[in-house]
Amino acid sequence: MGGGTSSYQEVEDADVILLWGSNARETHPIFFHHVLKGVKRGARLFVIDPRRTSSAQWADGWLGLDVGSDIALSNAMAREILDAGLENRSFIEHATSGFDEYCRSIESYTLERGERETGVPAESIRKLAHEYARADKAELCWTLGITEHHNAVDNVLALINLALLTGHVGKYGSGLNPLRGQNNVQGGGDMGAIPDRLPGFQHVESDELRSRFERAWGVEIPPKRGLHLSGMFDAMDEGKLTALYILGENPAVSEADQRRARRLLGGLECLVVQDLLMTDTAAMADVVLPAAAGWCESDGTVTSSERKVQRVRRALSPPPGVRDDLEILYELARRLGSDWGQPDPKRIWDELRSLSPMHRGMSYERLEALDGIRWPCYDESHPGELFLHSRLWQEPLLGPRAPFSPVEFAPPVDELNDRFPLRLTTGRRLDSYNTGAQTTSYSSPLRRGESLDLSPEDGERYGVLEGERVKVVSRRGSVIAPVRFDTGLRPGLAFMTLHFPDEVQTNQLTIDAVDPKSGTAEFKASAVRIVKLAAAQPG
Amino acid sequence: MEKKKPPTQDRFSFNDSAPCPTVPVPPGPIPAPPPGTPRNRVTLTVDGKTVRVPEGSTLLEACKTLGIDTPTLCYLENLNPVNVCRVCVVELEGARTLVPACSRRVEDGMAIRTDSERVRLSRRMVLEFLASSVDVSTAPELQAYLERYGGQPERYGPATAPAAAGEPETARAGVHCPTDGQTAATVAQPVKIDNDLYVRDYGKCILCYKCVQACGEEAQNTFAIAVAGRGFDSRISTEYAVPLPDSACVYCGNCIGVCPTGALMFKSEYDMREAGTWKEAEQERTDTICPYCGVGCTLTLHVQDNRIVKATSPLDQEVTRGHLCIKGRFGWQFVQGKGKKK
Repeated sequence: MGGGTSSYQEVEDADVILLWGSNARETHPIFFHHVLKGVKRGARLFVIDPRRTSSAQWADGWLGLDVGSDIALSNAMAREILDAGLENRSFIEHATSGFDEYCRSIESYTLERGERETGVPAESIRKLAHEYARADKAELCWTLGITEHHNAVDNVLALINLALLTGHVGKYGSGLNPLRGQNNVQGGGDMGAIPDRLPGFQHVESDELRSRFERAWGVEIPPKRGLHLSGMFDAMDEGKLTALYILGENPAVSEADQRRARRLLGGLECLVVQDLLMTDTAAMADVVLPAAAGWCESDGTVTSSERKVQRVRRALSPPPGVRDDLEILYELARRLGSDWGQPDPKRIWDELRSLSPMHRGMSYERLEALDGIRWPCYDESHPGELFLHSRLWQEPLLGPRAPFSPVEFAPPVDELNDRFPLRLTTGRRLDSYNTGAQTTSYSSPLRRGESLDLSPEDGERYGVLEGERVKVVSRRGSVIAPVRFDTGLRPGLAFMTLHFPDEVQTNQLTIDAVDPKSGTAEFKASAVRIVKLAAAQPG
Repeated sequence: MEKKKPPTQDRFSFNDSAPCPTVPVPPGPIPAPPPGTPRNRVTLTVDGKTVRVPEGSTLLEACKTLGIDTPTLCYLENLNPVNVCRVCVVELEGARTLVPACSRRVEDGMAIRTDSERVRLSRRMVLEFLASSVDVSTAPELQAYLERYGGQPERYGPATAPAAAGEPETARAGVHCPTDGQTAATVAQPVKIDNDLYVRDYGKCILCYKCVQACGEEAQNTFAIAVAGRGFDSRISTEYAVPLPDSACVYCGNCIGVCPTGALMFKSEYDMREAGTWKEAEQERTDTICPYCGVGCTLTLHVQDNRIVKATSPLDQEVTRGHLCIKGRFGWQFVQGKGKKK
């Protein structure tokens, strides 16, 4: 099962909170309210981020590591924790496996090496290691700063190792929390919208699990896992994937190395796009299926970052000709020769409950009465789990041991050199959302459009002024954007968003170096250079 | 330094080495938060009736257990009481002054009266002062209290002329013009419209401080506004009274969410009221989940004629406690036809 192990309320009661690769103040603002409650109750907050973000301004400590050096930092922290004897020896012996191998794997990550690889002073690494290890309750939260890398899964494993080393998982106030970027990205995973899982995280390659679904549905299910999004693009490149049906995604804009993504989408024999907006991807489609807005024109459920399944409800009737996602899928099934009857969200949910043990106790009635329930919830008397993995603290241990996973630091794929000396990282701003398809339609006084954010030092170094339009060039493409200075950036680091593709197509620059385990591209680390468009203006 | 090769080869079969767990992990014991410290119960009398409530409760909570509806303006269950409106006062036996029910903690043996003549008079005066100096036309709760206590704000005389735009901000502490005793001093002034998301109509402000609390350390921690000035010149202000777009405001709208008088109002609501198309009685409210990030904030959509006219969040919701961010509060235009395929 994959999901944040803690609930938001635990963050308020934690002693130490780590925000690693997350600018929650802007990207998860209401989660950050819970962080602030914790801070006001005396929790110590540490922000690990190449940028000194608005989240970092609330922190007791900001560790401005070099982009992509997260494993070097976490391994150096782990080694320091061991050196200082701050590991939770009894938890390690009781509930984990692979500890000795892990110790060997981090042996070379001295504080000095940590400083060399990450750019963070050794003393800061030492201090964070001690704070995290000594805390009674510690929450480790992360976002895309950890996962949008070519070694995304390794980055996550490195953080899990830290929690296992210190016993900061499976108890109230201590946990590991990926903050989700979409209102139902967690729910998508829960429902099996990942290549190797059926609903309830049940592995498709397990004959026993798969056969339960086959019996219930009366169909044969392909026994092997499918492809990740990035794998699909490779399959298109190799001519093995020729038809694509996209629901509510805008990959023509959101994919890394956009030129390649558009070329591949354009080369498909058939592209079907189901979306509520006429996105750039929809504009390329052979067939567009106008869909209702799932969150306000449909009934159903979504799952949040604290694993809480909550109801979405229909508040508006969709415009004429626009149909609910379910209606479209049912109609498609009917035309393909399989009549599923009338779409009914509650009936589908009950079918899910009959097949997914972790959802079994979540009837619509209980979801209403309890205002949402956190999974797992095994039966109708189960309240749902406030936090996961309590079994690791049981005497004797319940179930398998939690494995340490040794991981090695590997710098970003897009190397810096004299031709591409600047590290460009991408991210989001408070008032906008991803490719801007939804947010550009409301008028935000905070919105300033796309820019290439630089440190003032780099502005001086490259002789560019605030507001000056420059060409930004990577190994894959180039864009033109105005410069803006941000004192939260260090020399050598540049920042852009993906919010304004009509102005600046930032993903022309990004690299599609993909994590082999998760299929995530390295949006966070491109190598770029600045080219001045005209001679420097006087003054 | 170890260097991994970029994962370019054989991406087609990636993840094949991942384990395929067939054995389900057994559920552990149901996790629970650490038990809170048990609270003793305290006995007190309210209007002659005995009530037992947990130690640390407020008089307001004690009244509530008896079904007594205590008027409040500056109090809100998701904020700490600041005791400024004085409309919730009750009579405490043995105390020289009336005490605010919203913040006074219960003590064993307390005897309070919630509807004595002294309490009624005090509440009536407070409500009359407010209604004579402030436009309460969009404050239905305050109007209902006025009626309950027989307030007659008009007895203070006709209102003085409204201030010009910017004039209230020029008031200097300690400098007052004496009133003529015939007209009622007011805070009437032009509405401030300086952005497309919300308006500030300080002619409707009763200075309950709730917006300052919500903007500040009780929720948003942005501190874009505070109380400026002294006495009757007190007012809610941005730093140096700059327009919102020049202030620290991040447009979470959490100030609107707590405003009891409509002084802070969605621009969408303000425009509809101006146009005479705002029909609150016809509006339906539906709770759903915000379409943006994965925090899972409950949005209450206020819908009129199949259009969202504003968004709020329930105060008792454990994720939001009534608070939202700019996207959740205002970012729903995209379902209102614009950009939508016909």
